Amino acid sequence: MALYNSNRGGIIQIIIGFVFVIIIGQLISLQIFSNKYKLAADNNAIFRKIIYPDRGIIYDRRKHALLENTISYDLVVIPNEAKGVDTAALCNILNINSEEYNKRMIDVIIKNSRVKTGIFEPFLSPELYAQLNENLYRFPGFSLTERSIRSYPYNTAEHVLGYVAEVDVNFLNKHDEEGYEMGDYAGMTGLEKQYENVLMGQRGVKRFLRDNKGKIQGSFEKGQFDTLAVAGRNLYTSVDVEVQQLAEKLLQHKIGSAVVINSKTGGVIAMASSPGYNPNLLTGNQRRKTIGILLTDTARPIYNRAIKGQYPPGSTFKPMGAIIALDEGLIEPSYGYNCRGAYFACGDPRKCTHNNAGHAANLQIALANSCNSYFLQVFRMAVDNPKYHNAKKGYLKWKEYMNSFGFGRKLGIDLPSENKANIPDTAAYNKDFGNAKYWNSCYMLTLGIGQDRMTATPLQLANTMALIANEGFYYTPHFVDSIEDEELDDKEILSKFRKKQEVTKISGDIFKVIKEGMHDVTVYGTAAGIKVPGHEYCAKTGTAQNPHGKNHSIFVCFAPKDNPRVAVAVVVENAGYGATWAGPISSLLMEKYLNDTLTVESKRKSDELATVDLMPQSIKDWYIKNNKTDFLAPIEYNNDELSDIWDMEMVSENNPMTKKLVDTIQKTTDTNSKKTNPLPIPIKSKLNRDTGALLNNKKKKIPINKNVNRI
Amino acid sequence: MSTVSNQNSFSKGTDLAVIILYFAMVTIGIMCIFMVEFNPTNSLSSSLVAGKNSYSKQIYFALFCGIVGVFILLMDSKFFTALANISYVVGILLMIATFFLGKNVNGSKSWIPIAGGFNLQPAELCKIFTALFLAKYISKPETDFTKLKSHLLAAGMIALPALLSIMQHEMGLALVYSAFLFAMYREGLPPIILIVALSFAILVIATLLLDPIILAIILTTIAAIFISSMLKKFKKNKNAILVVLSIWAISFGTIRYAVPYIFNNVFECYQSTRIYSMIGKEYDCSQNNKSVSVSGKKNGKKPDDYNVKQSKIAIGSGGFLGRGFLKGTQTRGKYVPEQNTDFIFTSLGEAFGFVGTATFMGLYLFFLFRIIRIAERQRSTFSRVYAYSVVGIFFFHIAVNISMTIGLFPVVGIPLPLISYGGSSLLTFTVLIFILLRLDADRQMVLR
Repeated sequence: MALYNSNRGGIIQIIIGFVFVIIIGQLISLQIFSNKYKLAADNNAIFRKIIYPDRGIIYDRRKHALLENTISYDLVVIPNEAKGVDTAALCNILNINSEEYNKRMIDVIIKNSRVKTGIFEPFLSPELYAQLNENLYRFPGFSLTERSIRSYPYNTAEHVLGYVAEVDVNFLNKHDEEGYEMGDYAGMTGLEKQYENVLMGQRGVKRFLRDNKGKIQGSFEKGQFDTLAVAGRNLYTSVDVEVQQLAEKLLQHKIGSAVVINSKTGGVIAMASSPGYNPNLLTGNQRRKTIGILLTDTARPIYNRAIKGQYPPGSTFKPMGAIIALDEGLIEPSYGYNCRGAYFACGDPRKCTHNNAGHAANLQIALANSCNSYFLQVFRMAVDNPKYHNAKKGYLKWKEYMNSFGFGRKLGIDLPSENKANIPDTAAYNKDFGNAKYWNSCYMLTLGIGQDRMTATPLQLANTMALIANEGFYYTPHFVDSIEDEELDDKEILSKFRKKQEVTKISGDIFKVIKEGMHDVTVYGTAAGIKVPGHEYCAKTGTAQNPHGKNHSIFVCFAPKDNPRVAVAVVVENAGYGATWAGPISSLLMEKYLNDTLTVESKRKSDELATVDLMPQSIKDWYIKNNKTDFLAPIEYNNDELSDIWDMEMVSENNPMTKKLVDTIQKTTDTNSKKTNPLPIPIKSKLNRDTGALLNNKKKKIPINKNVNRI
Repeated sequence: MSTVSNQNSFSKGTDLAVIILYFAMVTIGIMCIFMVEFNPTNSLSSSLVAGKNSYSKQIYFALFCGIVGVFILLMDSKFFTALANISYVVGILLMIATFFLGKNVNGSKSWIPIAGGFNLQPAELCKIFTALFLAKYISKPETDFTKLKSHLLAAGMIALPALLSIMQHEMGLALVYSAFLFAMYREGLPPIILIVALSFAILVIATLLLDPIILAIILTTIAAIFISSMLKKFKKNKNAILVVLSIWAISFGTIRYAVPYIFNNVFECYQSTRIYSMIGKEYDCSQNNKSVSVSGKKNGKKPDDYNVKQSKIAIGSGGFLGRGFLKGTQTRGKYVPEQNTDFIFTSLGEAFGFVGTATFMGLYLFFLFRIIRIAERQRSTFSRVYAYSVVGIFFFHIAVNISMTIGLFPVVGIPLPLISYGGSSLLTFTVLIFILLRLDADRQMVLR
């Protein structure tokens, strides 16, 4: 019988072999052809803890920290481990309801999956931290983690410094290979963004082995895959915190910008843009609330007008126009133009502020008096230069000069999103004037006085002052003078700021003439009323017409006249004459930088200027309309001394939207103080034109908050 | 015909290859348990002496099993034939005794506590006794194993402990008894029985996988094709068409009634769920009539496929070369439940990768083929039947255990022979092998 069935042993072997082959096949598929199991195992067991380094600190030129790091605590949670949480107690401490609790939990899971740590409540207040810390044992899965956040001890230079924020999906996509993760913070604007690589340092990762209950069992592989956190490196900037603060103070209740450059190095001493905001409000838990307000504000407090604002330079352009004509040999410094109050050569007369004879007898005098006719003539001569045969080519040459002065192109300052403003291309005029054969210098005549399509940023304006101050060269404006532990890459970045930017081959003599003319501006010219104690300086006023309302008040200057060290440009939007508002602001900034302090008189003047409200009516209307009247400046004044000038800012009673405001004003009349606000410069007659109906002559208090611009 | 010297010296005539493989397996087993239990904070020597860890306990078990093995080799082969019947009766009595003396371990009452804190699982030992009893029955001169009556008798012998195991809620152990089909097949069980069994299994799987309507259509189509293609034959033999039709009816009944009945009334809820989860479906426990009371406390438990998922992750993460000895994160983090018993294969797969698992499977295959060779060289039917029973039991354990860790088979709690932690299991397999070695040493003898 055994023999009869002996082949069955073989069959049994085949069956066994067959089953083993199936098993081996599955093993091959599991172990060789799918790597998802390895990943799954790592996800299970390896807990990666990211160690955030401190971000680098940004210092001013005297090593004052413009921003620092402070410790904040976050309440974080691993959703999978949050079992048996005393939800009621937790909600009570955080002051949320259970619905909100569930919502946040779901958010965390969506963002970071169930097994990773996610932020449940960021930026705990110290009291909240203490309370949670005491009760943490009741909330399994929850823990408190430290994080370092920015703080701004001087509460200044927000546009320059920029802010850090949690990265979003877009950011992650853009910086794919740079190791950012959901929940990381990165510089979003300003120097924080520009120098992100320097400031961020290097994150460390510690790997821990974790068991099936999520308990950490120790470091993974004795920490051989761990990386250490490397702290971010510090930036040393050329900013002078006091000048910066003064600039911001002076621009309060105004819309505009001020740029102060060290002409010898190109280092920016101060860059202010108004309105601004309190940078401390963009850190921690106020951020969420604040950012919304800032982004919807019609005055655009986040917008850095110093590098993005495009203003027609107006008369401040005139020195540059003169330089071109002198360099081209079209005029001599002695060249004079017989201006009779207007420029008639191109048909419609273009008005000039002066009409007395001899106010443009030579270049110096014409500059001092800012004669429109003179510079229109000079511009036409440059464009119609016989050397270039036709107006188009002449214009191109003129544009080449402009670009070399830094107009119409990015200067390359170390801030993101600098605007190049506009020196119009020939294409712009081709469109207007058919084509080249109709080109005529008359068409773009007002380019000669910094109008037409020409625009410049305050930074570009300040830079032209540095250029004139240095008699033919400038250093690319920049903030960062040096970086801690400078590496090769950093040297490459900084080297372009240390390189002299020569402007064609214009002789120093030409600049000397211009300087003299600009000096005359401050002696007997349009800025004669503005002085810098202890220093002779050179300046040019500008009152730029613009399509958005009243003229912009512009002032450019540098000081001291001999061996200049500082170049300034100030723009106050829709404020009127350059010498009225931008001029005094500029002089105070120069004084502060050069003398390191203000005289008593200057101090008083600066306090006054700081309270002057030059906000355009349209913006005020917006605030009223959107029920944000606390954003308006509280200008208290005594009716007896009421100057007409203030009235231009008054609200028309016929405007229904302002009725409410007027009512509140009247209600608060009793609490009025007797504070007075004498004007720095009375320009009554000029401003009256723009006034609406006046409020009745009672003691009034317009409820405008002192911190107008600093939300 | 037999030599006296063979009976006196245990080293002579014993199969060295099997002995070496046995020791290799036990050593690998202890190493695997060590990997599972290893904790860098505890000192190795102290835990060894204290005998508190599974691996140190397993070492003591192994030493004890070694002594038992030597003892068996020193015994007379005739002793096993003589004791075959009585041991089976004792085994069955012990299993019945568990219902009264049993200790509840993991929800099954199959353990009898014995002295020293050790527990005995009679169902494990009963495998040996059944093997001996089956061998004894088939080798009896009056047994004609070509007859259906003897087939049924043998099946009854096997089914009795299996049924008792089911009553103890030990599904895995009960299934093992089907391993005796190998021995019965070898001794003359008609292959048609295996084919029918296989067809039934395929039908059950198909029922689970496919929509009942589609399956019915397929079956009907097959029957129709069969009938139409063999129409001429059927004309001669009208009974044949009846056979086909009755097969069709039985299949249909299986799909419609038998399979749902098995899942709802024979299997317990968790078993049905496991089987359904194998094919990625969800079993509705409310249909289950067997374990209504249990279904209430399911909340908060890990999902039923958690074991298999983690087990596959562990084995898969080993990759080709493995993560290295003691470096498996799944093992270190205790992600795989029951890892030192039923899922011990995972620690091997994770630490040594495909190279390790393939080598290991090779060892097992060599081991099984070696025993088949031993079986075929026996002169006595008793030894041969017993050897094939050993092959069957080992093969069934290995195949089912490894298949369930890699997701080819539903999770049933049966250990990996010689590797899994556990004294009862190690002792059973040791005794199985050493009795075989003893019988093989006397292969020239005709035992009855």
